Amino acid sequence: MTNMLSVKIWRGGSEGAFTAYSVPSQDSQTVLDVVTWVQRNADPALTYRFACRVGMCGSCAMTVNGVPRWTCRTHVSKVAKDGALTIAPLTNLPVIKDLACDMEAFFDKWQRADGRFVPSKSRHDAIPAIRPDGSKRVAADEAIECINCAVCYAACDTVTWNVDYLGPAALNRAWTLVNDERDAGQKSRLEAVTADGGCLSCHSHQTCHELCPNQLNPTRSIAGLKRTAASAWWKGDVR
Amino acid sequence: MYASCIHRLSGIGLAMFLPAHFLVLGLALSNEAALDGALRWTDQPLVKLAEAGLVFLLTVHAVGGIRLLVLENLPWRDGQKTFAALAVGCSALVTFTFLLRVF
Amino acid sequence: MTALRLYVAQRLTAALMVPMIAVHLVTIIYAINAGLSAEEILSRTRGSVGWGGFYALFVICAAIHGSIGIRTVLQEWTLVRARGADVLSVVFCVTLLILGMRAVVAVVS
Repeated sequence: MTNMLSVKIWRGGSEGAFTAYSVPSQDSQTVLDVVTWVQRNADPALTYRFACRVGMCGSCAMTVNGVPRWTCRTHVSKVAKDGALTIAPLTNLPVIKDLACDMEAFFDKWQRADGRFVPSKSRHDAIPAIRPDGSKRVAADEAIECINCAVCYAACDTVTWNVDYLGPAALNRAWTLVNDERDAGQKSRLEAVTADGGCLSCHSHQTCHELCPNQLNPTRSIAGLKRTAASAWWKGDVR
Repeated sequence: MYASCIHRLSGIGLAMFLPAHFLVLGLALSNEAALDGALRWTDQPLVKLAEAGLVFLLTVHAVGGIRLLVLENLPWRDGQKTFAALAVGCSALVTFTFLLRVF
Repeated sequence: MTALRLYVAQRLTAALMVPMIAVHLVTIIYAINAGLSAEEILSRTRGSVGWGGFYALFVICAAIHGSIGIRTVLQEWTLVRARGADVLSVVFCVTLLILGMRAVVAVVS
């Protein structure tokens, strides 16, 4: 007889409850596999998000045994406690249904942090040369592999305490652009990330760093933003 | 997370203590005897222990604060948990020295 | 006050207080020697421009640093929101400045 996992999955919106399922255990099984098994074999009405299943798209993050994780690359054997799994939607975001959250606030904050490239040249200009070993390029490289999964946002205590806080992902994105020598939106971005709820609200708990599935370190990026902001203040460029 | 909770709680503790600290010292404004009276109250063993607690709060807030200033203003270093533990260790040492002197 | 000014003010006062706290702790541990007396404290501070200046600067830094910290704590951990936290932290800052300066005058003059 196969071993069974005892799985509890959140059902409903912000008001809801956990429902228990018994799921066959398999080798190399991921948490997303478990959720998929439940939808296909136990309850087709179960709602959840996923797309690529290989850790590229960032859509399948959920709270697994109390910790936000990318479920497609999280093995059950690593996180189950005595064959038990509790799977809930991400925290710090409104629940739509079951395991799907409303990501709007998360993405809006990317925009509020000016997390978009502002071109400084046209197609008629020569392409600027960026040395791969330049210090700014290296700093951007360290922060650039974000897949927008919102694990850091769900893990962040400061987001929980201050709903206006931009959060680790948006600020990390802003930091990569601060280090982009071709970008022409620096002043407005610096004003955006130093406003109320910006990088200066970060308490450096480093939960984002600890849980980021791509091992990024948003706390380090935010510290970089704080340094940039403090020196810009010193020069009188921002107030 | 634990480090920042220690930092915040010690900060709150110190902020609550400061007005009392200033009021007691302000007693010297009227006369020396009044300040001396308040200081005699601090001779009780329990008050001495509470003072050691304050010394710990001040040290742990200061050393933890240095860790934050370094983290925010100098290039990133890994091993922040070790630094946070060191901060608590240093504070325990300073508090212990205080206890040795006060009793 | 912008968020950036508050941030810079809190970190600058923090950096200033690092050496001051070290001096303060050494003084505490040196002076405590199994008890304190008013005479002992006042003999050190009365008429001393150095100690007077030191403690006055310490009080100013602590009032600024502490009130910015309290503002954040109120916003994040209590139901007091932005405006209320601003008012309460200014009140706290002014209270600390008045009581602190009074204490400095008391031990120096």
